[in-house]
Amino acid sequence: MTDATAANVPGLSGEPPVLTHSWAEGRALRNGMLTIGAWAVAVIAAVPLVSVLYMLIVHGGSRLSLDLFTELPPAGFEMGGGFGNAIVGTVVMVLIATIISVPIGVLAAAYLAELGPDSQLGRVSRFLAKVLTGFPSILAGVFVYAVIVLAMGGYSAIAGGVALAILMLPTVVLTAEEAMKMVPRKMKDAALGMGCTRTQMIWKIVLPTALPGILTGVMLGVARVAGESAPLLFTALFSNYWLRSLGEPTASLSILIYNFSSMPFDNQIELAWAASLVLVLIVLVFNVLSRLFGRAKY
Amino acid sequence: MLSQPFAIATSPDAVTHPPASIEYLVDRIFRALAWAAAALLIVLVAYILWKIGGQAMPAIQKYHFGFLISSQYNVQELKFGILPGIWGTLYSSLLALLIGGFFGLTVAIFLTQGFLPPRLAFVFRLIIDMLAAIPSVVFGLWGIFVVIPVIRPAANWLNEYLGFIPFFGTSLSGPGLLPAAIVLAIMVLPTVAAISQDALNSVPYRTKEAAYGMGATLWEVILKVMVPTAAGGIFSAMVLGFGRALGETMALAMLIGNANQVSLSLFAPAETLAALLASHFPEAGPAEVEVLMYAALVLLAITLVVNVAGIGLLTLTQRNISGKA
Repeated sequence: MTDATAANVPGLSGEPPVLTHSWAEGRALRNGMLTIGAWAVAVIAAVPLVSVLYMLIVHGGSRLSLDLFTELPPAGFEMGGGFGNAIVGTVVMVLIATIISVPIGVLAAAYLAELGPDSQLGRVSRFLAKVLTGFPSILAGVFVYAVIVLAMGGYSAIAGGVALAILMLPTVVLTAEEAMKMVPRKMKDAALGMGCTRTQMIWKIVLPTALPGILTGVMLGVARVAGESAPLLFTALFSNYWLRSLGEPTASLSILIYNFSSMPFDNQIELAWAASLVLVLIVLVFNVLSRLFGRAKY
Repeated sequence: MLSQPFAIATSPDAVTHPPASIEYLVDRIFRALAWAAAALLIVLVAYILWKIGGQAMPAIQKYHFGFLISSQYNVQELKFGILPGIWGTLYSSLLALLIGGFFGLTVAIFLTQGFLPPRLAFVFRLIIDMLAAIPSVVFGLWGIFVVIPVIRPAANWLNEYLGFIPFFGTSLSGPGLLPAAIVLAIMVLPTVAAISQDALNSVPYRTKEAAYGMGATLWEVILKVMVPTAAGGIFSAMVLGFGRALGETMALAMLIGNANQVSLSLFAPAETLAALLASHFPEAGPAEVEVLMYAALVLLAITLVVNVAGIGLLTLTQRNISGKA
């Protein structure tokens, strides 16, 4: 027993140990097969994205023209047309959502990160913010229908914007909290040591330093809700006309895609693809923006 | 005015000065606002529960729990039941989790265990993240024009030759459970992959090195050390992925066929709670809206339980791992 181990230790015997192994050996073979399997799975996982992008570019790209952005959706057998009103509607409702969710979200994040990170309230609301990230978007629509649409007596851009704000809020809160926590303790202590109130410390030190991180969260939130359609189905509904006021049914790109996808007309199907391309581009632009802001390190 | 505890430190040539009363006031107001904003999150969740619950109350009193186990959905006769919706929601989500969870976990392993050089791994991670950015409705459109035509021949072949197995019991004529579940799996994949990657990355490096030092092969390390050590995080990734699948709406409303039936067949059209809401709500009269609110409450309860479980689990395992490291 001891002889055998001694013989295997290099330097103790004349013969160097054999460290090579054949690929056909059981363990190595299994390892190789699993590696090939993992590669296959990874490649298959990338196929849907490639296919989606291909379809968008082929079907949507062929229809891309200026008319899409300036004209109204066609009815029935009409040819041509565009979805200018849907783009305006999407932009307006996302803007409403941003205006509502960003101030509330950043304030809540300031509380979670600085004022009461370990307080009872802080813990519960952080937990609920995380739970809300998985909140089904259609239920935001149901909730806003019950609260706003019924109260206002009709579908509106405001209702749609509020529904989107509910979905955007948790993303903003959680990313802004992370960003504020990343601000070095030293800087915060220095500010407090100079006699700053907590508010001055947050406004003059934490917020400016954490701004890139907060913007990342806002961009992520925008990217998330810009493509949402379920919460708009029965809050903003749809409209075939240009937006005239915030109190009336409003078109959006996502609902246009949903409506047109089930129509038996080729023209509408083409428009649905073109709208998808535009929508995906909008979402991707905000995703890229969030990454650019996120890269700025402090 | 407000108290001035630092007044004694005030001297004309000091660099710093104590907060003036106005600054105290602003501080109090800002803190109160921040407190209110944090409290608003709790109020919001409570209000959502109360509001949807309140709207559903008339239907709950009218249809009781029989609503949950009845398959009838007839607006004219005012007979309602959402068993097909519950069944379809759970069936399609489980199927999606089975496919998407497997792919998501494998992708997470692939990205974290040194299969790719860092730069390529970054690109591949970007591709998976982009998958999460594609709107649900675009996936729905893609499902109608790509997934259904692609799987239809295979599905109909399976039905023809293996039709005696209940899963292949019907032919795929268009929308159905399988295309919906496949698209759902693609949408679950990024969620599972992202959280699993975090879980795998948080395993201390020395644990991995120790296993390699014992002479274990790459996959022995992955399957016997990394995955079991990160099991808590991976499990919560699955639970959160499941939660995401349960609430997904548009792609399902476009692909599942909205048929009010309970069937084991993968190729039969089915129904989910979210799709039911999406397709019936816009045209519903007052009586049906009550019923749909009841359905929304059921969906809310299911997703809330799943998400709370997933996030609770994740918080717990993160605390455990960081405690040990």
